[in-house]
This record gives sequence, structure tokens and C-alpha cells, in this order.
Amino acid sequence: MTTKRKGRYGNHGGQYIPEILMNAVLEVEAAYEQYKKDPAFIAELEDLQVHYTGRPSLLYYAKHMSEDLGGAKIYLKREDLNHTGSHKINNVLGQVLLAQRMGKKRIIAETGAGQHGVAAATAAALLGMECEIFMGKEDTERQALNVYRMELLGAKVHPVTSGTMTLKDAVSETLREWTRRVDDTYYAMGSAVGPHPFPMIVRDFQSIISKETRAQILKAEGKLPSMVMACVGGGSNAIGMFHHFIPDEGVQLVGCEAAGLGIETKEHAATLAKGTPGIFHGMRSYFVQNEYGQIAPVYSISAGLDYPGIGPEHSYLHDTGRATYVPITDEEAVTAFEYLSRTEGIIPAIESAHAVAQAMKVAPTMGRDESIIICLSGRGDKDVAAMAKYRGREIHE
Amino acid sequence: MSKLAYTDNFDIQAAFAKGKAFIGFLTAGDPNLEATARYIQTMAQAGADLIEIGIPFSDPVAEGEVIQRASERALAKGALTDAIFDMVAQVRETVTIPLVFMTYLNPVYVYGTDRFFKRCKALQIRGIIVPDLPYEEKEELETVAATYGVTVISLIAPTSEQRIGRIAKEAKGFIYCVSSLGVTGVRKNITTDIESLVGTIKKYTDIPVAIGFGIAEPEQAKAMAAVSDGAIVGSAIVKIIEAYGDKAETPLAEYVKSMKNAVSQA
Repeated sequence: MTTKRKGRYGNHGGQYIPEILMNAVLEVEAAYEQYKKDPAFIAELEDLQVHYTGRPSLLYYAKHMSEDLGGAKIYLKREDLNHTGSHKINNVLGQVLLAQRMGKKRIIAETGAGQHGVAAATAAALLGMECEIFMGKEDTERQALNVYRMELLGAKVHPVTSGTMTLKDAVSETLREWTRRVDDTYYAMGSAVGPHPFPMIVRDFQSIISKETRAQILKAEGKLPSMVMACVGGGSNAIGMFHHFIPDEGVQLVGCEAAGLGIETKEHAATLAKGTPGIFHGMRSYFVQNEYGQIAPVYSISAGLDYPGIGPEHSYLHDTGRATYVPITDEEAVTAFEYLSRTEGIIPAIESAHAVAQAMKVAPTMGRDESIIICLSGRGDKDVAAMAKYRGREIHE
Repeated sequence: MSKLAYTDNFDIQAAFAKGKAFIGFLTAGDPNLEATARYIQTMAQAGADLIEIGIPFSDPVAEGEVIQRASERALAKGALTDAIFDMVAQVRETVTIPLVFMTYLNPVYVYGTDRFFKRCKALQIRGIIVPDLPYEEKEELETVAATYGVTVISLIAPTSEQRIGRIAKEAKGFIYCVSSLGVTGVRKNITTDIESLVGTIKKYTDIPVAIGFGIAEPEQAKAMAAVSDGAIVGSAIVKIIEAYGDKAETPLAEYVKSMKNAVSQA
């Protein structure tokens, strides 16, 4: 097996897609290579990041949480404060701007929790492009508010009824839609998954998270953190959080996967804990699947982490041991969701709460001179009704 | 099993040796593997020159709703790769036309590429169509397949453009020419300029070119075969099986006969 081809992370990655899409993907790759070095493109993106998204996002010292847990100091990278309420805007502004430069008229995208869909619809509204979002039917029900948000922003939302009706099927259906209409259409992939160049493009646009964080923590603490952590579904906020810390060998990189009802059950989405190597959705990576290569239905309380695969670069970081991936159950995540709300007055997205939960486990075992940075990838407003329901209270959104 | 000695009949070329080819697809295990075995025989007797046996995949990104549903039905019935191989072994005792597998990369890769093609060789399966394997990534699969005498069929689409020459020059067996954009499924009209697409392909290769995606009616098959070396039909066959379930022999035989007849007149 060759490992030095383009778009490879060790043996992972690649471009395993239908012939109909191959030229489109090569076209995106060529355009990205051109525009990422183009001063006018970079300037326009930076201007949007500052004046539209509200970057740089804060690095917040969670004093109460740190004191309550004892041990390491905990910092939160506040991606939840971005316009649209999550890290997803970092990626879509870059990709929709790229699509516009390529002369495309229409953006299509998949979404799980709806955060990427909302961000894509927002960027399309801002930059004057058509937008259609594919979302698993089950997720449209779990995240009804986000569906309405997307519609408000002018996007058309297609509920996906194939397969398990969740994020995986939304990706498949968006790929199918791209094969139907490829000429004027750009697929804005929402996570660091899919065929090359998407995992690279998404990582590059999300790496602003670690670029800012690294400078912010050096200013605050005068040294690098012991650990950075982020939740992982496809892995876009995590790869963005890890990227500029990868060369810093003393910094542990921790990805928090959705363990659902527990990795000893079948109701989880913990790809690196329970998955095996495979080739799906355009990439070679790890997948939750059976011995015949049939992709397994996965489960998590968090629609954004409910995906049976993971980005190829995470698989590589897992193989090499540079990053560690841990499973976090629904119960642990919900407890962390409530804990952060009470201790710091910050309601995190249930996705991000998976990372908060891991910090709650390890911080007490670490020294007071150490620090942990959690990527707070999104805000939790969208999850409030579901969390109430989890605790046995029905509220109408 | 002495029939397996006459290997030439099983070569992909045999499908195109007697004029324009009619190629049929069905999903293994839909509605069950026993029925699939019967339907392969039915289609071969009704005049199909080559049959593509679909190994179902949970998430077939290149398929339309008809084949998606067939894959779901087959997997729900437990049509797993080993059981499909066993079914083909049984079919091979009577069916002597070329058979190829059509499936996605993951079922092959996870089964073990070497182990998969070894089984293909034993079953006289000489070709495989993998819709999520483009030219740029084909080498690793092709190398192993070739060791066992299995040809990886190349696909060319209306969007292939400047890559047509590269793909066609290295293609073996036959070229699967995709008639239209989109996923598999029946279409009323095929609007691509197929004649010009096939003409471009033929500049680079002498191997047969067969057209698939969207063909359902005899007139369409005839028109497609007229400008190429054959017509491939999947969703229309799967729809018949979906409608008649376990008892699809008669309508299937009639359909394949009418399609083969139309292709022969092209």
C-alpha cells in the first residue's frame, strides 16, 4: 500500500468517490491551492472573521470549575461565542468564499445537529448564494429549531429518509445530490471528512482555533498547556484545536468520542474505540462496521457526534499515538452540560460537553501548575429541550 | 464441476463476441439468495450476455432509491459476502455466461482484498465494478485483482472530460459508460450526447463500451446499443424483482428477452 500519495495521512485519506464527481473534486483542490495563497482571498476571509464572526474568540479561564475540581487550571476556548454559535462558521466562510471565487452559484451541505447547516445557510445568505441542506429526518426532529433557522436564512432543508436517517445518511444524500447537479454546485463539507481535499480544507479553516489559542495561553500562563481537548464526531473542531499544537510534543491532545449508552453496548458512536479500518464516504479511515464491511448504525444523544466514521487525520494521530481518544457516555456528557452551566454560567453544546466531561475526570489528577484547554465548540441553546427531556421534563421549544 | 474447465465462456469478452450485449444487474439476496440464484439462471436463459451481481452495501452512495431499497432488503435478509459466494458457486454449475460482481470498496476491503479475489477466481468471476473507486485510486485494488485474473472495470462519466483518455487507455474488459449525471435509476430521457462521448472513448481504446444508468425501455436500450457495444440495465430489473418478490421469473424472463431483442436490432 502506498502511503505517499496526496491527501494521505499515513494510510488514511484518499479520494474514493464516484467517477462523476472526480473532476469536481480535482477542481476544488486546484482552486483551493490557488486561493489559499491569494492575498485578496486571505484579506477578505480575515475581514469576515473579525467583523462578521467576531474573532478572535476568547480564551476564558474557568476559575470556579478549576477551583471546584482542584488540580489543573481549566481554560475554555469560546468558539460558542462565534456568530451562529459554533466553530462551524470558521469553515463555511472559507469554503463559501472559495465557491464564490470558483464561480459556483449554489451551496449544498449535510448537517447533523444543524450547526453546520445553520453556518452554511448564513454564509450563503451573506455571500448571495443559493443553499440546500440535507439533514437526517431523525435529526430534523431532534433539532427542529435549527431547521427553522436555516429556512429563515433562506436555505431549503431536505429531510433525509434513507438508512438510519442521521448524519451518515445526510452525507450520502448530499454526495448523491452533487452527482445530480455538479456544474454550478459546491459541496461545503462540514467536518474534516470525505475525499481529499476536504479533510485538509476543513482543517486549514478550523486551525485558526489553535493558532489563536496557542498565542492566548502563552500570554496568560507564559507556557504551553499540558493538555488540549475537544469533542470528536467527524472531528473538525478537534483537528482545528489540535493543529498548531501537534509539533508541541509536551502538549497532550485528547479527542472525546460519543460513547452513547456505553462502548460495551451497541448504542455508541465511538469510532476509534470500537471501529476498524475501512473505506467510506470518500476516505480511508476507521469506521464502526461489521466483519463484512457493512457500516453499523451508531447512536449518541448528540446529533453532531452521531457519525460512524472519523476524519482521516484523526485516524493517523490515533495510529501514531500523537493524540489520544477517549469515550464519553451520554450520562457523563449531560452531567458536564449541567455542571458547566451551574459553575461558570456557560451552557455548552451537548457535543462540547463531551470534552468538558473528560476535563472533569482528569483535572483533579493533575497539578495546579498545569493547564487544560477545552474547545467549547458550540453553545447549548439548541440542546436545552433535549436535556430537559433526558432528565424527565417535557418542554415545548 | 467439470463445466468449469471451459473457461472462455466466462471471460468478459465472451459477452461481446456475438454482437451487441445486453447486461443485467440484480442485487444478491433480494428478496433472498435462493431467489437470486434462480433469477440469474432466468436472465441467462432469456438472453443476458453478462450479469452483474450486486453485493449489497449498507450505504450505496452511487445508487438511487430503487437499488438502495434492494440493498436494504437483502441485508435485512442476511445476504452477507460469504453467503453470496456460496450462492454463486451453486449458480456456476449451470450458468456459463460471464458474471461480474458489483459492489462498493468497503465490503471488499474489509473482507480482505486478497481473500475476496481468491474466491472470485474459484467462482470464475472475471470482473468487478466498484462505483466508489475512481481511476486515481484503482491501482491498489487492481494489482490484487489481476493476480486472480479479475478485471476491475473502469467507469467513464459525462463529467470525465480531459480524464477520458487516461482512463480509457488503461481500461480492461469493457468500459462502463455512465449515460447521465446523478445516481442509478430509471430515466425518461437521456440527454447526454452519448454518441460523442462514446466516440471520444473509442479514440483511445478498442475494448467494448457499454452504456448504463437510466435505461429501462427497449427503445432506450436499442438507441444506446446503436451507438455503443451494449446496454446495462439495473434499476428496471430490480423494480421487477421488487414488485414480484419471490415469483419474478416470468416477468423477468419476458423483460430480459424484450431488452435483448431490442439490443440485437441496434
